[in-house]
Amino acid sequence: MNRLRRSMLYLPGNIPSMLQDAHIYGSDSILIDLEDSVPLSEKDSARILVRNALNNIDYGDIEVTVRINPIHTDFYIDDIKAIVLGRPDAIRVPKSESAEQIKKVDELITKIEKENNIEGGYVKLMPMIETAKGVKNVHEISEASTRNVALTIGGEDLATDLGVTRTKGSEEIFTARSLVVMAAKAAGIDALDTIYSNVKDIEGLKEETKLIKKLGFSGKAVIHPNQIKPIHEVFNPTEKEIKESKKIVSAAKAAEEKGLGAITVNDKMIDYPIVDRAKKILSYAESTSK
Amino acid sequence: MKNILDRDVPKKVSSYIDLEPYYGSSNKDIIKSNDKLIGFEEVLDKLDIKDGMTISFHHHFREGDIILNKIIENLAERGVENLTLAPSSLTNVHSDTVIENVKKGVIKKIHTSGLRGKLGEEISNGLMEEPVIIRSHGGRAGAIETGRLDIDIAFIAAPTADIAGNVSGAEGPSACGALGYAAVDARNAKKTVAFTDNIVDFPVKSISIPQRLVDYVVEVNQIGDPSKIAKGALRKSVDTPPKNMIVASKVAEIIRGSRYFKEDFSLQTGSGSISLETISLLKKIMIEKEITGSFLMGGITSGHVDLLENGLFKKIFDTQSFDIGAVESINKNKLHLEIDASDYANPFNKGPLVNNLDFVILSALEIDLDFNVNVLTGSDGVLRGASGGHSDTAFGSNISIIVAPSIRGRMPTIKESVTTVITPGSDIDILVTERGICVNPKREDIKEDIRKNTSLDIIEINELKEKIESITKPANSIEFKDNIVGLVEYRDGTIIDVVREIK
Amino acid sequence: MEINKASSVGTLESSDVLISIQPENGINIEIESDVMKQYGDRIERIVRETINYFEIDNIYVKVQDQGALDYTIKARLETSLKRASESK
Repeated sequence: MNRLRRSMLYLPGNIPSMLQDAHIYGSDSILIDLEDSVPLSEKDSARILVRNALNNIDYGDIEVTVRINPIHTDFYIDDIKAIVLGRPDAIRVPKSESAEQIKKVDELITKIEKENNIEGGYVKLMPMIETAKGVKNVHEISEASTRNVALTIGGEDLATDLGVTRTKGSEEIFTARSLVVMAAKAAGIDALDTIYSNVKDIEGLKEETKLIKKLGFSGKAVIHPNQIKPIHEVFNPTEKEIKESKKIVSAAKAAEEKGLGAITVNDKMIDYPIVDRAKKILSYAESTSK
Repeated sequence: MKNILDRDVPKKVSSYIDLEPYYGSSNKDIIKSNDKLIGFEEVLDKLDIKDGMTISFHHHFREGDIILNKIIENLAERGVENLTLAPSSLTNVHSDTVIENVKKGVIKKIHTSGLRGKLGEEISNGLMEEPVIIRSHGGRAGAIETGRLDIDIAFIAAPTADIAGNVSGAEGPSACGALGYAAVDARNAKKTVAFTDNIVDFPVKSISIPQRLVDYVVEVNQIGDPSKIAKGALRKSVDTPPKNMIVASKVAEIIRGSRYFKEDFSLQTGSGSISLETISLLKKIMIEKEITGSFLMGGITSGHVDLLENGLFKKIFDTQSFDIGAVESINKNKLHLEIDASDYANPFNKGPLVNNLDFVILSALEIDLDFNVNVLTGSDGVLRGASGGHSDTAFGSNISIIVAPSIRGRMPTIKESVTTVITPGSDIDILVTERGICVNPKREDIKEDIRKNTSLDIIEINELKEKIESITKPANSIEFKDNIVGLVEYRDGTIIDVVREIK
Repeated sequence: MEINKASSVGTLESSDVLISIQPENGINIEIESDVMKQYGDRIERIVRETINYFEIDNIYVKVQDQGALDYTIKARLETSLKRASESK
């Protein structure tokens, strides 16, 4: 089972007090940002600070990811050279638009891993789809590297690229969301959704999270700790779902032991895909209860 | 013998000896007039304050107090020396005046619950020859009522008074709500003077201190700064720092899972953002579980009043009213009661209210591996806090919960041994930080409730200490001289710790 | 490494440190911190070790500490040294 990625807490990479406390809020991952939240004049301070933070702070079991600067800037090379030395779990690549870009990043990481005795393939990748071109090439991007563990979507930049405004209903990125999920699942990796910018609107956050869960996303980025618990509540299986799943799995086991081909629960015929889904739910429930 | 009404009365009968005959109703010890209004300079003349006397003030005006500074400055001009200053506490607004007058010899000794700012710093650096006496609220009330702290004159800043000497804390432009610290002084001081900027017709509507205790009433232009006395409503803020929200949600969860959380439970909290957030979370839980509490106690804010007004608690016992909402409530709601420091926490009466507490939420500057708590001196050894009701409520309550950040400005909160003990570890049950929860080993019942009824993890306090130190790295210890600058009394008057001069 | 210009990195926010560097003869370190007594010598040691590591003999460093942890002090110092030694 993939690791849980229900929530990813964004942190500006140049603020020590936030880097030190990132893991106490209960999110599944943290996303340390070197891109939009760091002014141009401070790109160097941020990357050195983050490298040191990664090497010195014990983040426990949380997945630690770093968003580097986009490939069309000069910064990403120095970012990768510094950050890989801190052994982050994954690097988020903003504005990914082609397989070639991802391969370039992959090669650079490989080189630095080798030069520094880091286990090859250690640092994973999470390409971000934030432009129309990125959406167009999403399949080749998702398959471009064995380091890819998730595809993520950046709603704000995507809307800008499409020449539209972000709305509460997010119809403008609906198709892009679906395509990202499709490509991620085809490549056997996770799909992670964009931020919900209205921090005070918890109900709206929950509604959007329910929608993206339906579409197939495994989690959502977060810009304030208050958003974490509501998102987990949406992703966590309910008591009812867990009970149902337990029933289905035991019925399947019983049928297998008796050598029966057909499984019935509540007088309904249950196909194997449903049994699989039930097993996944129970396994997921176990992880989320930890 | 004959008295002046020509009645034949004896000098003695059986075992009744030394009888005095009636000599008219003009016994000069009996006061007839109830017009105690007098001028500022006049009252100080009349009081004839001598060197070495003990004078007291209350701190219900917090940073908005004017009267303490005014009186001290006037006494300095009159050449009075070697006074013992015994306010219920001191705040930043008093620093300059007190320091200056200690240096001038006007003030020789200080008895207080707390010291802040420059005054705390200077005393820690050896300003005074005599050590400061630090007492808890209950300890001070006990010391006053048993005569150990003998007050010559109690100066009371009164938001409202009438000419007969009735004082109200809840009415007037400088209303502060409860006057509980002052009430004990008024009952026991040799003389009591009320200063007010709001004289009303007799009688005052809600009486905090009754006329029978008051000698003089003085009208002044301004008794305090209202903007600093009763702040704007203190409620849970939508901008509570996320770290504090984490601690608050853990505290609410611990309370919810506790065997003491049932119908008619009682609670005392602080007034900081963690406490306010906890109250807000508890409100939801109490509504959901249909549990009503019996009373809230302590420093009261609009957040507390909200629970009373929603019928979630039956009474509020107010020791200090922190904001406008609390002042308005104490003025109009019969269920919101003013209590004095002795009712609240005096260990030597027949049972203070702290003994009725189920839960108390308290802060800490430092806590050590024995769960001893320091709320008085900082990590640099300097006096900067107050004993307050900490040791009183920790003792009396069923469960005392300390909430504190695990690190403050690089200094770990958990230490091998605290700089100064205010509350002994035997009375401290739980520590809640954003990085972990620790339970005092002698409270297996609390551990059991947390494990059974919540999804919270408990960590041993020495483990949490190590975890935090691996982040901050070890600090050099502060060095002290031998000179004792403060004596910390436990609530029963015994010396629980000392504060030494820093090097 | 030669320090050939002034640089300033970091902030006065809580848990951060402001490091200001200038070219000067000899090694001159000035430290301000609320936790001077408890961590002052540790901070100085970190600064000296870092300066030695980069083989710098002439520098003035002012450290305005707001309770920064070791990793932050080292990071801000390293960045500041790199900026101060860049060719113009």
